[in-house]
Amino acid sequence: MVPAIQVEHVSKDYGALRALDDVSLEIAPGEFFGLLGPNGAGKTTLISILAGLAIATRGRARVTGFDVVGEYRDARRSLGVVPQELVFDPFFTVREALAFQSGYFGLRDNRAWIEEVMHHLDLAGKAETNMRALSGGMKRRVLVAQALVHKPPVIVLDEPTAGVDVELRQALWRFIRRLNRDGHTVVLTTHYLEEAEALCGRIAMLKQGRIVALDTTRNLLRMHSGCYVELRLDPDRLPAALAPLVAQRDEGGYRLALRDYAELERVLAELRTARVEIQEMEVMQPDLEEIFVQIMRKA
Amino acid sequence: MTGFYTLFRKEWLRFWKVSVQTVLAPVLTALLFLLVFAYSLRGRVEVFPGVDYGAFLVPGLAMMSALQNAFANSSSSLMQSKMTGNIVFVLLPPFSHREFFLAYLLAAIGRGLVVGMGVLAATVWFVAIPLEYPLWVIAFAVAGSGVMGALGIIAGLYSSKVDELAAFQNFIILPLTFLSGVFYSIHSLPPFWQRLSLFNPILYMVDGFRYGFFGHADVSPWLSLAIVGASFFALSFFTLWLIRIGYKLRH
Repeated sequence: MVPAIQVEHVSKDYGALRALDDVSLEIAPGEFFGLLGPNGAGKTTLISILAGLAIATRGRARVTGFDVVGEYRDARRSLGVVPQELVFDPFFTVREALAFQSGYFGLRDNRAWIEEVMHHLDLAGKAETNMRALSGGMKRRVLVAQALVHKPPVIVLDEPTAGVDVELRQALWRFIRRLNRDGHTVVLTTHYLEEAEALCGRIAMLKQGRIVALDTTRNLLRMHSGCYVELRLDPDRLPAALAPLVAQRDEGGYRLALRDYAELERVLAELRTARVEIQEMEVMQPDLEEIFVQIMRKA
Repeated sequence: MTGFYTLFRKEWLRFWKVSVQTVLAPVLTALLFLLVFAYSLRGRVEVFPGVDYGAFLVPGLAMMSALQNAFANSSSSLMQSKMTGNIVFVLLPPFSHREFFLAYLLAAIGRGLVVGMGVLAATVWFVAIPLEYPLWVIAFAVAGSGVMGALGIIAGLYSSKVDELAAFQNFIILPLTFLSGVFYSIHSLPPFWQRLSLFNPILYMVDGFRYGFFGHADVSPWLSLAIVGASFFALSFFTLWLIRIGYKLRH
């Protein structure tokens, strides 16, 4: 099967700055893929190269098998990009903006789909409103709609929920999940790691232009076999032997980082010996955020 | 074709929706020029034999307005899109560089012609002018607006800030259009300035355009057409190349 996205040894230099450094990855059709990394890691640069907004210094990229430079017309038809910046054309209404975007992709009578996209993104009531008069959240919805007007098989969302309220975020994810179920490949960059954890089947983590982790979300979560235990003690005094395990000391509680579940037995034994009673105890798996922090620290 | 046509239509509507600013205002400016110059110089200046100065002025003003507005259309559209970031909407679709160029160029020519015709329509009530060779009029209006539209694309691509484009407009376009024989015949200038004027490509646009009305020109209309046509093709190829390499559009 032809990969939805194929990136081969791509590097991008801006003068002396290397924004991407020999990045290779492949995304299969129908995947929900997360691209994570701190600011300046190269996520947007990689998306720009796929979209033809930037040209790679070395290496090549393909969208649904089409080279983004040599076969740019087919590659761009296959791709819908929701840009990170809240941009809009102040001369036109929502419906006009969508009709233009659809026409740019060569689609003539696309009204039914435009209406459907507007309906799903709750834009129907604002169809005749000038773009200038929309709130930030509404403008964001239009950006999503503009990326979808030509029914691209691959959808790239560059931080689509930055500064967006809960209601829109949920509506947006419902719609994107539906598109993904219908077979669209979705590539997402976000700073909200709980979103990535809940949505993405596979994740690549970037740091300083390099991929530092690339695996399924499940494997990434398993990669760190350790767990956390949160304790409230009476008296509120941790035995000295357990001090090296403390990850966090809160008011009236401790959070200990354990290598594995077996280490829990040692913690309980130490507490018994010290005659310290457990008032509350919670054992927790690390979430993607913690794993992200660990990977970024190590890389 | 649909993609190209949509981009052209978008560029057309972009100025048409604010036509008070983009069409009516330049027509009014041209009328004010006519009022001030034609009435204050009436009877004192005779540029072409038997032609009233007001009548002489009208085609020049129409052409000057057409040229300035053709330039303004493509340059401001591109520069504003780049500044606000909405240029991304035309960079993501699969336009070829030719489609991209032609859409911006034709919209610029369109605005030039609309404004030029607006000036003629508004002044026809005050000044009677002949129309000897309509085909020359059309040829120079289209070719002249084409040159300025292409130049506008170059300026729009080059400028990333309002003041950069303003410098282009104030220090290049405005002096060249004002000193192109709109208000005078170059034969009324001292020899040095006459010779210098011949290096101004806009002179040939205005002079050839005027020839279509009066059948009288400073330079042969064929030579003017050759110069304007050559400038158009040279600028067009250069602009196409800039778009193809993504100059200041794609990193």
